[in-house]
Amino acid sequence: MNLYTRRLLVNRFNLLVSLGAMLFGLFWLAWILYTLLVAGFGALGPDLILKMTPPPGNSGGLLNPIAGSLLMAALGTLIGTPIGIMAGIYLAEFGRRGWLAPVTRFINDILLSAPSIVIGLFVYEVYVVQVGHFSAWAGTFALALLVIPVVIRTTENMLRLVPDSLREAAAALGSPQWKVITLVTVRAAKAGIITGILLAIARISGETAPLLFTALNNQFWSTNMNAPMSNLPVVIFQFAMSPYDDWQKLAWAGSLIITLGVLTLNIVARTMAREKTPVY
Amino acid sequence: MNAAVLQPTEQAVVQKIRVKELDFYYGSFHALKNINLEIPERKVTAFIGPSGCGKSTLLRTFNRMYALYPNQEARGEILLDEENILSPAQDLNRLRAKVGMVFQKPTPFPMSIYDNIAFGVRLYESLSPRDMEERVEWALRKAALWEEVKDKLKQAGTSLSGGQQQRLCIARGIAVKPEVLLLDEPCSALDPISTGRIEELVHELKNDYTIVIVTHNMQQAARVSDYTAYMYLGELVEFGVTDEVFIKPKKKETEDYITGRFG
Amino acid sequence: MSTVADTIEGLQGPSDISTVSRSIPDASLRRHHRFDQAFRFATRCFALLVLTLLAGIIVSLVLGSVPALKAFGFGFLTSAEWNPVTEKFGALVPIVGTLATSSIALLIAIPVSFGVALFLTELSPPWLRRPLGTAIELLAAIPSIIYGMWGLFVFAPVFGDYVQPLLSNTLGALPVLGALFRGAPTGIGILTAGIILAIMVIPFIASVMRDVFEIVPAVLKESSYALGSTTWEVVWHVVLPYTKVGVVGGIMLGLGRALGETMAVTFVIGNAHKLSASLLAPGSSIASALANEFTEAVGDLYLSSLIQLGLILFLITFVILALSKLLLMHLAKSEGQKT
Repeated sequence: MNLYTRRLLVNRFNLLVSLGAMLFGLFWLAWILYTLLVAGFGALGPDLILKMTPPPGNSGGLLNPIAGSLLMAALGTLIGTPIGIMAGIYLAEFGRRGWLAPVTRFINDILLSAPSIVIGLFVYEVYVVQVGHFSAWAGTFALALLVIPVVIRTTENMLRLVPDSLREAAAALGSPQWKVITLVTVRAAKAGIITGILLAIARISGETAPLLFTALNNQFWSTNMNAPMSNLPVVIFQFAMSPYDDWQKLAWAGSLIITLGVLTLNIVARTMAREKTPVY
Repeated sequence: MNAAVLQPTEQAVVQKIRVKELDFYYGSFHALKNINLEIPERKVTAFIGPSGCGKSTLLRTFNRMYALYPNQEARGEILLDEENILSPAQDLNRLRAKVGMVFQKPTPFPMSIYDNIAFGVRLYESLSPRDMEERVEWALRKAALWEEVKDKLKQAGTSLSGGQQQRLCIARGIAVKPEVLLLDEPCSALDPISTGRIEELVHELKNDYTIVIVTHNMQQAARVSDYTAYMYLGELVEFGVTDEVFIKPKKKETEDYITGRFG
Repeated sequence: MSTVADTIEGLQGPSDISTVSRSIPDASLRRHHRFDQAFRFATRCFALLVLTLLAGIIVSLVLGSVPALKAFGFGFLTSAEWNPVTEKFGALVPIVGTLATSSIALLIAIPVSFGVALFLTELSPPWLRRPLGTAIELLAAIPSIIYGMWGLFVFAPVFGDYVQPLLSNTLGALPVLGALFRGAPTGIGILTAGIILAIMVIPFIASVMRDVFEIVPAVLKESSYALGSTTWEVVWHVVLPYTKVGVVGGIMLGLGRALGETMAVTFVIGNAHKLSASLLAPGSSIASALANEFTEAVGDLYLSSLIQLGLILFLITFVILALSKLLLMHLAKSEGQKT
């Protein structure tokens, strides 16, 4: 076989392998989603959002974990987003000189990839131990700590995409820097920043580890932020590992709910990013 | 190359901006070398020269736009109404409220047409809503844009065409009633029709404002300006009344450039 | 509508707004400067907050580990013992488990991600690119607890019934390597955890690879094609070297994720504190040990040992991420690019 034929064969082989890799990835996605739909669908029903988590061996719903998750995710996002945006503004707008910006960026990248269970451990040491008990506030703080690095990264990236000519045009009118940033630059990057926030919410919605030793779990309905609060991921964990059929069914239903929520958020965020990003 | 001050031949013209021994550095790169120049009031002065000659750099010293970036430094004196704007005591916001700038690429803010114009005005004046509407209309009329946008003032500034956006930026710059208007190649991103409109505008605006325009288009400079400065490699080669510079230039370098011996 | 009409109207104006310049009130200027300073200060504080956060995490973990540090010293890292009753703890098993599962994950994920990125950028018809790309990214969006559930209830049984006996009989029979593949086909264990981690990590690495492959200038690829290269040769000899900085970054991202992944691993790793040569045997990773045992840990030494495990995990991730950033900066510098 001459060199040319061999090269052609190598080419064809490798391209086939890459097709195989693509199918490999899609195969798992399909299998997982199929499993979720089949196992979770059976337990779907109005009961799911109307009843509380039941004691073992009984049927019930997931009302309190859903409510708890929504509450903690919302508060965690509300706390983490402003912090993330302000820090992101610093990195993009004031970070051209000095040491603080490069160091912060470096550290933020590390926090972004830090294991979420370590964040949970940190909140445990610093808050739960001090206060003496588990609580929804602790869970909220842990989630906020996960939101912050994501928002910082996307805010900075989106602000950097805004061309300098826009900043100069505002400055040329005699505008003080804070107005240039808030009224012009941030506004121009608005769509991208919102996308970042949505992606952060999607991320924390599925997180279990940081809630394991902060918010713990609660069998009953509670809106007391100072007490352990029920939440979907921990409930799923508990119910899945149990030997009870009813509980396992609820675990699958909960899994389906979380996955649908997270996937929807992702798709919405990405569509928004594509449509609303202004082209300069 | 003599760097002495070259006076325009007209008398009794007030010098709005006087540049004295100006040097400019990008890091260690010496971009402007010992510039001495006087910009007359209520006239159009054009800076021409090949790419990289420093004309935009010089323009941007007049409103200290370079101060936004590290490693850019100006030395010397620039007197605006006899006050040195290069002094550290100079309030940059005040300077820029008096010296407006329009850029090469149209830069509409991400807000409505109305708000684009009102943005600069709101910085230093508190006008009643009616007064603000009047101001916006006045600026848009001056920029020859009013008829085209009067029914869609609430629409985004970015929804306009390129030529309209640039006129919007000019309206935005006039609305704050500056004393000087700096135009940095304002037509280079525009089609010929829009370019023509803007040149008409410049001609009309000079009744009220001191205008400095940077252009790489010599014919535009000849059409539009009263005085022309020819720059080359960071130095001011020649400055004079436009007709004289173009028809009977005093320096051979100027003549070479104008007759197209090099580009 | 003509400009002339506009111009004439402009000269007369809707009112007698004079064009004489206005005065700039000093009070406004002073106010602007004060706000500017305040704003700059505020944003700076939030940036500093990020630094304090990192410092806080390290400090609190170290303080929490003190009892265990005092009791075991450096032996903690090398001891495989884990006995809550006698209060003797060692980190060897979880550390080995973490490194083993992550290595398996990367071994599988890197070539597969490369294949996926190659497909998306070179082979796929244009109309398929966006949906396929989104599909792969959806894999990343699926919460890790779902991977755990699916792994335990669906994948592990299939793996244990069909694949593991196959592995034991074929690869397990080899002389030296065989030790890796012997053991009871329970379906859970280090290998299972590694495979599930691989699936979780593929979308991260593949997305980054695809993104950097896409920004390779067309002229670069075309100049190779013009010399008669096949698609594969263009990718292997031109695209990959050009994008190596981004590719390494993507791999590091995937590695960071694999090291810290908790829920997926916890469900299928078996949570056994025993060191075994076989990949088919159950084991433990740092994250899974924490998830399984933290809330039930009784006794200060137990708790402190677990916290020390967390500290070790954080340090491992920190060091790998920091090293990868330094590597990236070095690579970028040697190519003459600005980071």
